Amino acid sequence: MSHSALDSGTAAKGSKPAIDPAPGRPRGAIGQPPRKPRRSFLPYGLILPAAILEILIHIGPMLLGIWIAFISLTQLNLTNWLNAPFVGLQNFVNGLNPESTIGQAFFSTVGRTLGYTVLVVGFSWILGMAGAVFLSSNFKGRAILRTFFLVPYALPAYVGTIAWAFMFNQRDGAVNQILVDTFHLFGDERPFWLLGQNSFGAMIVVNIWQLWPFAFLMLMAALQNVPHEVYEAAAIDGATLWQQFRTITLPMVRPANGVLLMVMSLWTFNQFNVPFVLFGASSPKEATLVSPLIYQNSFGSWNFGLGGAMSVLLLIALFIASVFYIRMVLPKGADND
Amino acid sequence: MHQPHPHQLDDEKTGATMKNPLKVLSTLTAIASLALGLSACASGSPQATSDTITYWASDQGNSLDDTAAKLKPSLDRFTEKTGVKVNLEVISWTDLYNRILTAVTSGDGPDVLNIGNTWAVTLQETGAFEPVEGKLLEAVGGKDRFLKTSWSTGGAEGKTPTSVPLYGLAYNMYYNTKLFKEAGIEKAPVTWDEFVADAKKLTKDTNGDGKPDQWGFTAAGASVSANSHQAFIRGLQNGGSLFDKDGKPTFDSDPQVEGVKQFIDLMATDKVMSPSDAEISQGSQKVDNVINGKAAMMFDQSPLKNFDARGFKDWGVAPMPMMQAGATGATGTQSHVAGINLSVFKNSKNKDNAIKLAGFLTSDAEQVALNKAYSSLPVVTGASSDTAFQTAEVKAKNDALANHAMPMPLIAKEGQMETLTGTAIKNLFAKAATGSVSDADIEAALKDANNQMAAAQ
Repeated sequence: MSHSALDSGTAAKGSKPAIDPAPGRPRGAIGQPPRKPRRSFLPYGLILPAAILEILIHIGPMLLGIWIAFISLTQLNLTNWLNAPFVGLQNFVNGLNPESTIGQAFFSTVGRTLGYTVLVVGFSWILGMAGAVFLSSNFKGRAILRTFFLVPYALPAYVGTIAWAFMFNQRDGAVNQILVDTFHLFGDERPFWLLGQNSFGAMIVVNIWQLWPFAFLMLMAALQNVPHEVYEAAAIDGATLWQQFRTITLPMVRPANGVLLMVMSLWTFNQFNVPFVLFGASSPKEATLVSPLIYQNSFGSWNFGLGGAMSVLLLIALFIASVFYIRMVLPKGADND
Repeated sequence: MHQPHPHQLDDEKTGATMKNPLKVLSTLTAIASLALGLSACASGSPQATSDTITYWASDQGNSLDDTAAKLKPSLDRFTEKTGVKVNLEVISWTDLYNRILTAVTSGDGPDVLNIGNTWAVTLQETGAFEPVEGKLLEAVGGKDRFLKTSWSTGGAEGKTPTSVPLYGLAYNMYYNTKLFKEAGIEKAPVTWDEFVADAKKLTKDTNGDGKPDQWGFTAAGASVSANSHQAFIRGLQNGGSLFDKDGKPTFDSDPQVEGVKQFIDLMATDKVMSPSDAEISQGSQKVDNVINGKAAMMFDQSPLKNFDARGFKDWGVAPMPMMQAGATGATGTQSHVAGINLSVFKNSKNKDNAIKLAGFLTSDAEQVALNKAYSSLPVVTGASSDTAFQTAEVKAKNDALANHAMPMPLIAKEGQMETLTGTAIKNLFAKAATGSVSDADIEAALKDANNQMAAAQ
């Protein structure tokens, strides 16, 4: 998602023929004599397949989703949805009314999802960074460790999450067997991990487990671009490891971090798989995130209009956050390139 | 995918003649992508050949495989008789509702499918299913062949039904006779008070660690549909109902709250139900608890197939407890008119053969074979007299259906009602398992569900 956003950003820069003497060419080539642009449909031909698929797969359904937010779509008119009554902003009013049960659930869910995103992305980044720094030095067994770290990322998400669901089972799950039976924690009372307050923590653990290898992978690639001589020079000047990390590693991986944090935040904010597999169609109240809430409204109450309205709100919020982030953070990162 | 010829690559270097071949290439890629996209769309629909139809069956056995294995002989007989092959898919209960919904939405479903009969009116409203009239009614032999209560679940009153009954079910109380004997209980409880008292006697610490490991009662506390059935039954027994005369939801009325409270209290205050039950979402896990002796009693519609598969003999069956012994009418409700119906998809490209299958599966002979295999009740009078259905267990089920069962509210939003009340109870069990539940919590949960139902209407 972010990649396409970035790509389109660069394309937009390159498509200003009045200012740029060499449209579509990298900036480094400005000094060379400009080649006369040929009229050709070739570029359009080349992007046509991608454009068609993009419209079919992304833009079409998105527009459809926006339309659904303005109609009253229930099972009564599902088969004839084109004729579903237009209700204007009613679905938004229902979803956003803080007095109503639905509105309250929506606002508390958005707040919870924000907290969830911060925790998951934060911990995943710290773990990924620690792993990448740790593996950036040469030692025996590095390759094995690297493979080991990437296992959660290689496993299909469903398989990994369902294994966690089994492990978190209160009566005979591995987590309670280890914590309660082996280490006698919690006063021998088996806690529930998938119900009540704990469910939020359990969901965070599973999501971090799935997400941190991605951060690790991206940061490891970024770290490989940092010349080793810089560290050597810093070491000679007497910089501590922490100083090296703060003044060399962090600034050098900043561009990668910019993209990484945005992608991870978007994924986590929209998280659906983990709660759905852990808790089934309806999450515990304490662990309901925005995407499962939309699902519950759409497929539990069969109120697709309301689900659509909430999706649109989510889309707008994420769009604004992404634009803000790209403008504020990414250009600085690009300058470091 | 498209490998350019070597000399084209050379041309590319010079940049002289690359334009045309690449243009051709890009056009080809575009066409190929389009074709791929279109064929991907098409692959979702069942292949409409004249001699094959698709059938989505609900999970009626011990497992999806068991259901398929028990259904296969019937389908083979159908193929032998008509030459029509049946492409069978068994779908678990947790997925069935959404799968049907998706099929209805896309218009791209099987030719014939099973539905939970409580969804009949909701699904009827979608207009996606063939009305049971004309050829279809003829194929199933007319409505007079069917038990009246079963036939009444085919759709809303006064409208042409869009589903025909296939398997009949009803709730009863099943118990572990060995545990009853050990606790000195001679006969099954009749009233709710007796039931709770017996359940307390049956809740024991058998290994001396100070905590109960045998429980009086077990239920799938995380099963949304099973919970909604209890909300319905317990509400009626207490003199309430889920909807008032005008069709407005009354989930939070006093008798409804009282009924749900009785059910939640089994875990929260009576402490006769293991807190672990709050995590059980599949009915078979609760049946396991009774077989393993971890719990003594449960409410179920058809556990016999599981008992038989596990060689479990120490079981007894009794009607569900009521508030007052001998109650009749609404307060004497012990079950909803439970069962599975069969519908023909309106969009079926093979409607004649689909109708043939509906007729075949509801024929007397197949009704005997299938309901025997799944320990359910025949829905046609011609099969009920078979010796296979003269057992005490079947008679208890028949009695519940004939005298103490009410159909779940026959309204268009029945599906939503099940989701909302069932989820509220699921959350209340979770609260009971992880802490405590107050009367105010129960009221608030049902009020929330009620508000959401009202907003959905």
